[in-house]
Amino acid sequence: MSTTTDVTQRITLLRDWLAHRLAAEQLAWIDEQCTRIATSPAGSALPVAIGLASRRTGKQPLMLSDEERAAAEAARPGLDTSAWSVEQVARILFVLASYAGAEDSFAARLGARVRSGEIGEQVALYHGLPLYPQAVSVLATAAEGIRSAVQPIYEAVAHRSPYPSEQFSEAMWNQMVVKALFIGSTLAPIQKLDERRNADLARMLVDYAHERWAAGRTVSAELWRCVGPFGDRYMDDLLRVFESPSNVERQSAALALSECPDPDALVVLESDPALWRNIRNGRLDWHTLKQA
Amino acid sequence: MPYIDPHTHMISRTTDDYEAMAAAGIVAVIEPAFWIGQARTNVGSYRDYLSHILGFERFRASQFGIQHYCCIGLNSKEANNEALAEDVMQILPEFASKEGVVAIGEIGFDEQTALEEKYFRLQLDLAREMDLPVMIHTPHRDKKRGASRSMDIIMEHRLAPQRVVIDHVNEETVREVKERGFWAAFSIYPHSKMTAPRMCEIVRQYGAGQLIVDSACDWGISDPLSVPKTAMLLAEQSISDNDVHRVTYANALTAYGQSGQMREADWATAAIDQRARYDGNTVLRGGQDPRVEADN
Repeated sequence: MSTTTDVTQRITLLRDWLAHRLAAEQLAWIDEQCTRIATSPAGSALPVAIGLASRRTGKQPLMLSDEERAAAEAARPGLDTSAWSVEQVARILFVLASYAGAEDSFAARLGARVRSGEIGEQVALYHGLPLYPQAVSVLATAAEGIRSAVQPIYEAVAHRSPYPSEQFSEAMWNQMVVKALFIGSTLAPIQKLDERRNADLARMLVDYAHERWAAGRTVSAELWRCVGPFGDRYMDDLLRVFESPSNVERQSAALALSECPDPDALVVLESDPALWRNIRNGRLDWHTLKQA
Repeated sequence: MPYIDPHTHMISRTTDDYEAMAAAGIVAVIEPAFWIGQARTNVGSYRDYLSHILGFERFRASQFGIQHYCCIGLNSKEANNEALAEDVMQILPEFASKEGVVAIGEIGFDEQTALEEKYFRLQLDLAREMDLPVMIHTPHRDKKRGASRSMDIIMEHRLAPQRVVIDHVNEETVREVKERGFWAAFSIYPHSKMTAPRMCEIVRQYGAGQLIVDSACDWGISDPLSVPKTAMLLAEQSISDNDVHRVTYANALTAYGQSGQMREADWATAAIDQRARYDGNTVLRGGQDPRVEADN
């Protein structure tokens, strides 16, 4: 549970990032909006400031320095701003500036802002999920984001964020992972993907692979990453992928087999000594696997 | 030749239309807020409509390499529901300040009632406050008087005519619109409003300087390819390439570019990327290969 103190610290953090990147008059505009928003959190100042932010600050990538990144990590473990831009920081800052203490209907206000936002605004507000007070209270809004068919919006929630792994139930988590494959997104940027693997997710993904194969289609090689630890139930499928003519698919099956509890997995891996050696010495892992 | 269709209700159109529009050379469209074929009963559905045209519809257009912009406003038909109109006026400033909003519109008269006039005037003030251009819907019935009244009121509210587009203009209204210094936009419909052969005559008579061609395609019988088709017809009728370019591209960009929200660079550098797929109400059904162009 975040307190008002946390919010104040986070406001300072974000404002410092802007201070190093904006001209004096731009920063003055930001401060003026924050004051107006804090004075009347439910008024029109917040929506208008969020709307105008991009034309006031520009949309350049944030690109934190090493020192700034270290400070961010200290303030909020897991925070990853590598896909953020400057106007997004301003928009998140405005939302935080509207927080008026524990009794405040902050979550309802955030939900309303997201629902009325154009795509750029929604991406910004979803990037802010790890920074909002009372993280549990904004869960319904986060859930809306991973239901979105608009890829940038989905990814603003699911990718490079500690929020989903901290807050999502297993059912929500599983929907999020499967949804990524359905909208042509990727799994690698999902934080704690390995830690949150579970039997039900493995089953859903294997069912999905069967569905695709039956229709003569391919599946993303990343899928097998979530199947490996439960691979003893799906040895036939892993073998099929291992024997695929595609190098990426073969490598993905080998990586899954390397985590598979079935004793036969080792036998399969030893049939390709060079590949098995690359996995053992860390030269091949899910991050170095070339995505087709 | 690239085209802009500065009046489309894409929320009512199919992906087949988007594909055909892109193939015909349309690079950008403007979606003015309007009536959806039946009356809305509350501000909630109006709010959802505005965020839909600013959100999902813009994303849908981007799948086909088309840049999508909006005009925000309370249309004249629904201005007659005073309770709804009051509520909608409260949310307009928030939506008008969003990225990609190029004008307040389409606003103006339908039946020319007192309520229509009240909310028309309020929105002209909003346009001035927000420093946005205006798109004017001229009425289908009693058009000539409705257009004149609209222009009188705009001048009363001290808006610069070169920041206002008068739409659905025809032979009866074009002279006044042009002489008073407004942009004159023509909606080319298969069966009503304006047709391409008549448009050729108008360009000949009045010159291409202030004229704009659009399709106003919506949920009715209308043609999302009106702009490129009209351009071809104009060219066949020996209208110069430069004049064709002005009425089907450059004038719309000049008029709505005054918002600061619409620039040629928005589409000159945009690559089509269909990898951002849908599911559920899917755009790319399974098995279709996405079309991806390298960003150059």
